[in-house]
Amino acid sequence: MLGLGDVWVFMAYLLCIASAILCAVYGFVKWNDDEEPYTDEAKRWVQEEAEIEKTL
Amino acid sequence: MTIFWVFVYLVIVAFLGYLGYRHTKGASDYLVAGRKVHPFIMALSYGATFISTSAIVGFGGAAGVFGMGLLYLTFLNIFVGIFIAFIFFGKRTRRMGYHLDAHTFPELLGRRFQSPFVQKFAGIIIFLFMPLYAAVVLIGAAKYIEQQFAIDYATALLFFTLIVAVYVIMGGLKGVMYTDAFQGSIMAIGMLTLIIFTYYDLGGIIKSHADLTALTPPPPLAAKGHMGWTSMPALGSDFWWTLVSTIIMGVGIGVLAQPQLVVRFMTVKSNRELNRAVAIGGIFILLMTGVAFTSGALSNVWFTKNEKGVKYCEISGAILEVCPGKKVVKIDEKNIEKFKAQFKDIKPGDEIDLHKGIPHKETTKGSLAIVAAGGVVENIIPQFVKHAMPHWFSILFMLTLLAAAMSTLSSQFHAMGTAIGRDFYMQILKDKKAAEERSVFINKMGIGVTILVSLTLAYFLPVIYSKGEAIIARGTSIFFGLCAGTFLPAYISALYLKRITKAGVVAGMLSGFTVAFFWLVFVLEKEAIAIGLCQALFGKPTLLSSPWTMVDPMFISFPTSLVVTLVVSLFTKKLSEEHVAHCFQGLEK
Repeated sequence: MLGLGDVWVFMAYLLCIASAILCAVYGFVKWNDDEEPYTDEAKRWVQEEAEIEKTL
Repeated sequence: MTIFWVFVYLVIVAFLGYLGYRHTKGASDYLVAGRKVHPFIMALSYGATFISTSAIVGFGGAAGVFGMGLLYLTFLNIFVGIFIAFIFFGKRTRRMGYHLDAHTFPELLGRRFQSPFVQKFAGIIIFLFMPLYAAVVLIGAAKYIEQQFAIDYATALLFFTLIVAVYVIMGGLKGVMYTDAFQGSIMAIGMLTLIIFTYYDLGGIIKSHADLTALTPPPPLAAKGHMGWTSMPALGSDFWWTLVSTIIMGVGIGVLAQPQLVVRFMTVKSNRELNRAVAIGGIFILLMTGVAFTSGALSNVWFTKNEKGVKYCEISGAILEVCPGKKVVKIDEKNIEKFKAQFKDIKPGDEIDLHKGIPHKETTKGSLAIVAAGGVVENIIPQFVKHAMPHWFSILFMLTLLAAAMSTLSSQFHAMGTAIGRDFYMQILKDKKAAEERSVFINKMGIGVTILVSLTLAYFLPVIYSKGEAIIARGTSIFFGLCAGTFLPAYISALYLKRITKAGVVAGMLSGFTVAFFWLVFVLEKEAIAIGLCQALFGKPTLLSSPWTMVDPMFISFPTSLVVTLVVSLFTKKLSEEHVAHCFQGLEK
């Protein structure tokens, strides 16, 4: 168990690495999926966001 | 030398901030530049905002006490904080945010449920309670500066707050992701180096783990359920409840409803960028909390072996420079004989100061991490880095922490500024034009006030809590737990449940907040005693007894809020079908 004292901590150690791998695999598999057109609604949102930033 | 590199780092940050500021000046430039945020930049920016000195110094130090069981929090940070957050929350938040033209988390909830009250209430909660989270981030950075430069805590805190204030005023709030991404890169390099050095120094992965397993917890820790640094605490013990409910679950789940993180989802061009950011974010978080918690726990091996001959105080067991200079021991039947030679007329029940009149004697015999750090959880990581690592790494780590604190603090002050300005003040004023004219002043005032409140809390919290308490971890947990109880059921409902009504969400948020607050003030042991209201009103420190006094408020407030939201929604008026259809447009699949 990689020198670890109990199976629960050993599982935590593995789960950390496994979840990071899951994220990496998901991201790379879906790298080019879900591209969307730049809508007027989104443009409006970005413009207003820029206005808000100015007030800060 | 350290000051020189800190200066170089600050100049680079200021330069990047200035570049970003020039970009955002023209709206058309911003439309182009702002929409081309590379997923690498977005992910690092999100990660740098997510992870602060609280995670590295505070929770890393907590791992020095609780052990590697804290890695369950890393697992939740990655699986819930990145995977679930981006895929199941981020994508919907982005689209719904655009449909509703929402720019802050309270605004998203308020517009989704057509309730100005929800927006104002969420805004005021953020404004009132986020300073606690900002304070513990400040504590984390100030503690490191205190240890690194051997200056007093108050000076370190003031110095760092000043840097952050200047950074925030100069443009740290301009939403410049490049600055965050630069800071994220430094953090990644710093933490990667830390884990390589730690394992290398202690003889490799398996050997260092085995040496940590071989350490026996001292009786005071064992009595609370500590079973060793590579084992979980005894099921149901005080230590188990604190570790599992407060540290792991409170923070691990609470991250989903963090206002300063939710808004980040809306800043990317499409869901494709979120997909890509998942890959980078997952690895980044592993490097951050995974490394901090592993190194924090393993520091016990290093401190007890003391391979580099560091000087410890023979009386307290602390490294000389952090030795508290006072070690009070309560005399009982068991230890009275041991101290009789030194203190003649003592009797059981007396408290004696072992250091009184005795000069510090040096020894090279090491101690456990928490003892070596002078009983201060937040000193463990700074002391470990200072003594176990090469000097150049101390400088890199200093920059890592500066980066971690500044990126998180700037987004926190951003969230607090908009919470009081846009979400509260502009909503209560009838004359919208006048409100808009004054919004700059109110936002800036809000930020100024929150910086001052955070600074005050950061100064007093270490005084209020006794030594050995993981102040940073507890403070972060309280805020995350409060967010989970108050906002999470409403946020889930907003994104997934069309049937939830305005009254349901209002009732759910109010009940979640009330229960969490009640639990904090009257039940949760450490906090209820520190606040003292329960003692003043009812003549006892807490209303309930163990194990309830160890259970995180989120465990009670989140289910309460969820049930209230669902039940009240069953009996109250639905939102109009047109509005719900507008919110969920494009989210049917």
